[in-house]
Amino acid sequence: MIRVKAKKNLISAAGPMALEVDFLIEANDLVTIFGASGAGKTTILRMIAGLTTPDEGFIEVDGQAWFDSKAGINKPVQERSIGFVFQDYNLFPNMTVRQNLEYALHDKQNKMLVDELLEMVHLTELADRKPHMLSGGQKQRVALIRALARKPKIFLFDEPLSSLDMELRLKLQDEILALYNRFKIPTIFVTHDLSEIYKMSSTVLMLERGQITRTGKPDELFGQEALSGKFKFVGTVLELVQDNFLYIVTIQIGQNLTKVVATEDEAAGLKIGDKVIVAAKAFNPIILRV
Amino acid sequence: MHFDLSPLILTFKLAIVTTLILFVVGVPLAYWIAFTPRRIKALVEPLVSMPLVLPPTVLGFYLLLLFSPKAPVGNFFEAVLGVKVVFTFLGLVIGSVIFSLPFMVNPIKAGLQSFPKALIEASYALGKSRRETLFKVILPNIKPALLTGSVMAFAHTVGEFGVVLMIGGSIPGVTRTASIAIFGEVEALNYPNAYFYSGVLFTIAFVILFVLNALNKKIFDVTP
Repeated sequence: MIRVKAKKNLISAAGPMALEVDFLIEANDLVTIFGASGAGKTTILRMIAGLTTPDEGFIEVDGQAWFDSKAGINKPVQERSIGFVFQDYNLFPNMTVRQNLEYALHDKQNKMLVDELLEMVHLTELADRKPHMLSGGQKQRVALIRALARKPKIFLFDEPLSSLDMELRLKLQDEILALYNRFKIPTIFVTHDLSEIYKMSSTVLMLERGQITRTGKPDELFGQEALSGKFKFVGTVLELVQDNFLYIVTIQIGQNLTKVVATEDEAAGLKIGDKVIVAAKAFNPIILRV
Repeated sequence: MHFDLSPLILTFKLAIVTTLILFVVGVPLAYWIAFTPRRIKALVEPLVSMPLVLPPTVLGFYLLLLFSPKAPVGNFFEAVLGVKVVFTFLGLVIGSVIFSLPFMVNPIKAGLQSFPKALIEASYALGKSRRETLFKVILPNIKPALLTGSVMAFAHTVGEFGVVLMIGGSIPGVTRTASIAIFGEVEALNYPNAYFYSGVLFTIAFVILFVLNALNKKIFDVTP
């Protein structure tokens, strides 16, 4: 079990911000931390890892204090049994894939584990390549098994898939889940992708401006609106064009553009760049395979 | 025509010894300057770079005073350690190490400072100590900086004049390096010798820079 209660004052893009979190992770739990960029997600991981020191609070893993401001305990990062997977891989460029993994081994004799891990993510063939000769997805697989190689007590993922394209992302999500199910290491997964949360986590912590605003299962947090038969998307206004007495509003939702009709009154409150919600209800949408 | 090779041999012996010492001293010093949060760094950094702007004769003069048998430090070396510094090879080495220090430390420091912090953290996060991270992750990845520092320190020691003359005198076979020998030969209107020494130093300086350039291109060029 992992208990985190930590406070740290941060300087964010929007001025000073107090990061104040208090949560529990049961053994074998896969928790996602969801929130906009700048909400403090990465800092939480870094505090658990020992790369950033909280101003006050405590971090306890399996009954062991890793940090306790009152007792003056602050274990250095090296003594915390963590597996950290970074957004930009951070593979060591001077080492081959195999050497990267062997470097991570706690028990230098356990070369078998390296082969086993390589096998698991289908990278055996590429074991003697240097990282610069790998694709993004391959790099992240190496980073993933490198973090596993030292058999950590907790797995920390910092938006590991955000620089990959959608298809690769889905595939790696499956692989991460498979690894998680096999090793059952408590995991914290930071993301700002909603679909990832649904797929990956048993518990979601919603982080807004340094505070955990909601906690629960993905369904409980995000599901209610979907169940009420409404559509609701968040998008950005790109264009406002007057057409007789109506306005045509072009809105970007994710990667898609959509045009929505607005009355003069509605349009008056909008300007280009506004974040808006596009919602529809009371009719049955058409679903087509693509 | 017979050329005395001893100044050249002495010069390269001095340059090799100086570079080796500087490498051993320079890497930890550069590491400390690059990563320490201490304020005293603000004092150490300019001190290391002083030889870049200080006239070599000034440094040589101070070293001469410091290590003269009448001064406490010189006295200590002679009485306790039993070695003479002034007008000896040891004196040349001490002077060269100090004088070439920035040429070794500054490139390595720059290499360390531009090394991605994220990779260092990744190594720490795998449970590796600072020492292991330095030797297995950082240093292998800043080879161009290590090479540049070593080559510059070597080349600079080869070309040194003022410090060597001040603390070493110009004792043939003992402290008379090539650059001093050139001066002596010209003064004695012995031009062929001066041509010879100058030609050798010129060629070596060029070859060193040429090879350094080629090597750095090769090391940097990792794009597939």
